[in-house]
Amino acid sequence: MQIYLPIAELPISIFLVLGIGAAVGFISGMFGVGGGFLMTPLLIFIGIPPAVAVATETAQIAASSMTGAIAYWRRRALDFKLGGVLLAGGVVGTVLGVAFFNSMRRLGQLDLVITLSYITLLSSVGGLMLTESIRSMLSARRGMVAPLRPVGHPWYFRLPLRMRFHRSKLYVSVLPLLLLSVLIGFAGAVLGIGGGFLMVPALIYMFRVPTAVVVGTSLFQILFTMVAAIILHSATNQSVDIILALLLVVGGVFGAQFGARAGQNIRGEHFRLLLALIVLAVGVRFASEIVLKPDELYSIGLTEIRR
Amino acid sequence: MKAAGLLVACLSLLLLSGRAHAEALVLSLSNHRVQITSTWAGSDLVIFGVIDNDRRSVTRQEPYDVVVTAIGPRASTVVREKVRLGPIWMNLQQRKFFEVPITVAQISSRPIAAITAPDLRRRFGLGLEALLDPAGYDLIYDPSFRSALIRLQRNAGLYKTDERGVTFITPSIFRAIVPVPPTAPLGGYEVNVALYSGGVLLARESTNFEVSKAGFEQAVATAARQHPYLYGLATAAIALIFGWLATVIFRRD
Repeated sequence: MQIYLPIAELPISIFLVLGIGAAVGFISGMFGVGGGFLMTPLLIFIGIPPAVAVATETAQIAASSMTGAIAYWRRRALDFKLGGVLLAGGVVGTVLGVAFFNSMRRLGQLDLVITLSYITLLSSVGGLMLTESIRSMLSARRGMVAPLRPVGHPWYFRLPLRMRFHRSKLYVSVLPLLLLSVLIGFAGAVLGIGGGFLMVPALIYMFRVPTAVVVGTSLFQILFTMVAAIILHSATNQSVDIILALLLVVGGVFGAQFGARAGQNIRGEHFRLLLALIVLAVGVRFASEIVLKPDELYSIGLTEIRR
Repeated sequence: MKAAGLLVACLSLLLLSGRAHAEALVLSLSNHRVQITSTWAGSDLVIFGVIDNDRRSVTRQEPYDVVVTAIGPRASTVVREKVRLGPIWMNLQQRKFFEVPITVAQISSRPIAAITAPDLRRRFGLGLEALLDPAGYDLIYDPSFRSALIRLQRNAGLYKTDERGVTFITPSIFRAIVPVPPTAPLGGYEVNVALYSGGVLLARESTNFEVSKAGFEQAVATAARQHPYLYGLATAAIALIFGWLATVIFRRD
């Protein structure tokens, strides 16, 4: 069954989009990641224009992080104060990211920017996660417990504007937190990702935020950053397709519920290894696109219709 | 029934028109307003034509050849070429084609090569290469980029040719199907019909149609352009409501 997407301006199969939404939702529910880094490339792959894919995917991330944030809030595993600081930075990053997105689109280099950023981001994050999970699997086999929270405070904790976050048991300068969230907000707006897979490890390893509150706080921040991204993309480049968003949201919401149940049966280290492999696989897929000799050397880059 | 009605319409038009030329064309297109709705997946228009030669002022030795060319809205189009740069393939070369048609459908009664000689084909725009050739769309002529443009647009279903698509119902009445691809751009389309015999152009006539969004699709596209903030808020609201609904539906306690 085909449906016409009014903003993407092409007909597409409803079941294909629902299926992609459900599959990515399953993975995102299973691993507690937004899934944007999988969804955006998939949408581009099935023929949605990259600009529409990135802008529309923000709606799907908003929906899935809404679901997640409510669940963590009910369990009181959410630091609103920390989330608020991260949110302020995230919104600034999003504004900058959308402006960058629009100017790259005008220059005709958007596709290359998206591809290169995905390769860098996915291969470095995937690589780090892979080594970390293999190391912890090996040490678990040897019967040791890897220290998750190293002791001592790094220098950036002592910068000016220190703030106390009770729930996160943190007393830290807000400057590094803001910088981190600006960078992730920027990447999110340009790449159509929530950035949870960057935010969660950064909060754990760089700021020693307890694992119990880190996911809920990250989801809270992503939720509002993505709402800002939806509105900014709508206002500046009119690339948000509401029909596509609706289909992705519905598929994703259901997929995530089943994914969350499946995820409870996997052991921690295996879980991180699997996620690392998925992240790396997407990175390799992108890399192969620009490293291997393409079948078709030519492509239609840009068409400008005068309306 | 529909076809018969169209024929009657054609014939009555025919009686009203008096032409000085030996042959004249009278055209009738099945639809002048193609509307894109939620079930849109491309469309086919039917064009009927009558060759008006009823005074029998001339008799042709050669059979008639008809070429129908439907040209969609124009846009400046960039074609890029990937070049190896160190380990990666990058879009480094590019050519811009100014105001080149986004869609072209050329339907003829016989293979183009059999209709006229090469120089006339080029002059009359017969065949995609000839059709896109003379207008100077690109500033620097580069045949590889031009053929890439045609190949890519053909693969995307935007450029089409059918060399047996025009059928003669009687020796002077013909019909052809003008395809409108699913990804057809919005805007005005021009349909040019040319009549040849023995390699000579006898008559030309044109008509047009318009592709536009209708109903809900129209409303969504208009809302996105005219009320971008409200549109963004509405999309965000949908996302948040569904996200919240999921926690209600799947709540286990």
